[in-house]
Amino acid sequence: MSRAILVVLLCLVAGVFAPARAEDTYRQQMKGLDEQVQEVKSDVLSIAAELNQLQERLLYPSDSHLAVFVALSKGETLRLDAVQIRIDGQPAANYIYSFKELEALQKGGVQRIYTGNIATGEHAIEISLNGKLANGKDYTYSQQFAFTKAVAPKLMGVTLAGPDSGQPAIEIGNW
Amino acid sequence: MARSRHVLLSLALAATLTARAASADDLKDLYFGEAIFEAAQGRYFEALERLDAELAQHRRVDEPERDALHYHLATAEFDVGDFELDYRMHHRAGRAIKAVLEANVDDVIRNEAAFRLARIHFQKDQPEEALQALERIHGKVPEAIREDLEFLRANVYSALGRPADAVPVLKKLQGAQNLRGFAAYNLGIALLQAGHSPEALQQLEQAGQVASRDPASAAIRDKSNMVLGRMMLESARFDRAQQSFDRVRLDGPYSNQALLSAGWADASAGNYERALVPWRILIDRDTTDSAVQEARLALPFAYGKLNVYGRAALLYGQALDSFGGELDKVNASIRSIREGTFLKALVREEIHQDNNWVVRLRMLPDAPETFYLTSLMASHDFQTALHNYLDLEDLHRKLVTWQGSFDAFDDLIRLRRANYEPLLPEVDAQFRELDSQMKLRVEQRNQLRKRLQDILTAPRPELLATADERIALERIRHVEKAIAGVSEEQRAQLQERVQHLKGVLIWTLRTEYPQRLTQAHKDLRELQRHIDVLTAQYESFVRTRQAAVHSYVGYDAPISRLRTHVGSALEQVDMLEARQGALIETVAINELKARAERLEAYQSQARYAVADSYDRATKAQAEAAGAPQ
Repeated sequence: MSRAILVVLLCLVAGVFAPARAEDTYRQQMKGLDEQVQEVKSDVLSIAAELNQLQERLLYPSDSHLAVFVALSKGETLRLDAVQIRIDGQPAANYIYSFKELEALQKGGVQRIYTGNIATGEHAIEISLNGKLANGKDYTYSQQFAFTKAVAPKLMGVTLAGPDSGQPAIEIGNW
Repeated sequence: MARSRHVLLSLALAATLTARAASADDLKDLYFGEAIFEAAQGRYFEALERLDAELAQHRRVDEPERDALHYHLATAEFDVGDFELDYRMHHRAGRAIKAVLEANVDDVIRNEAAFRLARIHFQKDQPEEALQALERIHGKVPEAIREDLEFLRANVYSALGRPADAVPVLKKLQGAQNLRGFAAYNLGIALLQAGHSPEALQQLEQAGQVASRDPASAAIRDKSNMVLGRMMLESARFDRAQQSFDRVRLDGPYSNQALLSAGWADASAGNYERALVPWRILIDRDTTDSAVQEARLALPFAYGKLNVYGRAALLYGQALDSFGGELDKVNASIRSIREGTFLKALVREEIHQDNNWVVRLRMLPDAPETFYLTSLMASHDFQTALHNYLDLEDLHRKLVTWQGSFDAFDDLIRLRRANYEPLLPEVDAQFRELDSQMKLRVEQRNQLRKRLQDILTAPRPELLATADERIALERIRHVEKAIAGVSEEQRAQLQERVQHLKGVLIWTLRTEYPQRLTQAHKDLRELQRHIDVLTAQYESFVRTRQAAVHSYVGYDAPISRLRTHVGSALEQVDMLEARQGALIETVAINELKARAERLEAYQSQARYAVADSYDRATKAQAEAAGAPQ
């Protein structure tokens, strides 16, 4: 008996070195489905592109289109918690950042925080940020900027930095 | 076995190769930055959506070098391939990278593209195509990918059954820090496959002692020790086997297998007492683990060998209870999967919050069916199937949301039409009236400007006379005519007076001419300012008028087309999701059935062994009782 058990157990131990895998037929089916899934993803991406264009044309016509983007200054260690944006004194965006989003900003990502419509002419934007510095202290900063909305769509990039970076806390760039 | 090696090599490659981090340093294109933002959060659909649109727009512009994306084009072309790969769209990723490869680009970019293409083929189980892509690499190779490229080349050779070609490549990579452990292990395996067993054992020995705290390197070190230990066990070199198993970390992914095997190394050498130590540790671990279940039989087996039959019988009895309990769990899991709870658990939002969602899935109290699917869920094919299912569910949600938005768009357009259409005829009538008045004033301004320009070259002071002066001059002309009818005596006197008056006026017009000319130009400029304001208002009105019409005209056809596309895509997604889900369930149930069969086999072995142990215990007791005092 003991010899039989030993053989069975050794066989089972040997089994651990073979990787877990589905049966070959299922593998083939999974492969076939994978191809179709890739195709449908491609179709849906095309639909998304067309839908986005339509949506933009319908909801944000170019002569009134305003988009505000937020980025972190290069190498910034500020732990950004929240950003508030007011346009002409009216609240436009209030965003609280998750860890993932903060990481994405630190990797050079740019977040579109606001998309809306405003009339052509002179306007004011107020940007406030809350966060924590590398030393754990709370940090808040707020600044107002004037800007002109012309007939073309207005894309405004806001670059944020902490006080230790030597960069302006809030820098506005036009694209 | 070839497949298993390939999977292992793929995993090793995936662990060591990191896609080039997209950088937004000196960012010139906000939408490109937005794509990076989405990709960095694992939202590859959104990243692709944005980057595809940016690239398409860039290709449409007349002067691409003036487009903001021009500065990031090389990175963007690679990134789109990376995002497609991350979104498991290998075909498109391959096409995107081939496009870079076939474009007129310099060596560094072309070679990196070839490397990426080779990596995609390798990951898709196409080593021949991977090698073809690698053979396109000539000239300068970017420093950042040099070692990864050679590692891939070696893996491709191994996958093609050319381990002898892989060996020299891997030997050169032994100092590569980012491949620490992987290059050492793969060299050991390649040597083994090439038939250089002594050298292979030596290499695996080294790979099993690589010092590293990096979890991936530590795992591959454990793996090296497991393979080496297994080989030693098979060749009855139990001490060497024991040494290798002892090096495996007690908290790593191979720890249970290592404990089980360490016990077998001792047992095979006849050291049953020593075998008890790892097996005792093991039986207190997770009861769903196959190594733990095997240890439940192995431990009483060792006691039996040590003639402790009573203890063996007791432990076999406990094993029997445990197997029964586990079998109930597995059967409950099979029923649960058939009821659809596995797929429901898969799509639960909260479990996707971190990268270890598969592990978290196992911890869900109401998803017991996943306890026994650990090894299945770790397999590449099943992972792909799970991810595809989740992607399809995500696409389903998106398409349903879009379908709802079409009704909202229709409403919006209807309300805009209802608002603007009654207003526009009256507005247009007023506008036409104002437009003709405006055109008249603009014409008058143009005439004035022309006159002023004319008198700059041919001065005509009378043109700058004031209204009073013009009236006075006119009256003087009347008087001059009237004088003709009076007597000569009076005429001379009157003519003198008229000439005097005329002289005064002409004097004023001539002497004040420069100032008046300056003033006239100032007035013209002032008029121009008013005209500019008027023109701006005019243009603004025209734009607003156009925008009003554009806000509700021209949407019907695209909305209708999109509605149809979304509808058919949704049908397709739902069909694929159902098929993918059914396949996942079937494979999971098959896996559970296999585990159930194994548990049933254990149960019958345990049942037989309990009886056998009791017999032996009774016999031993009887022998002890019958023995002389």
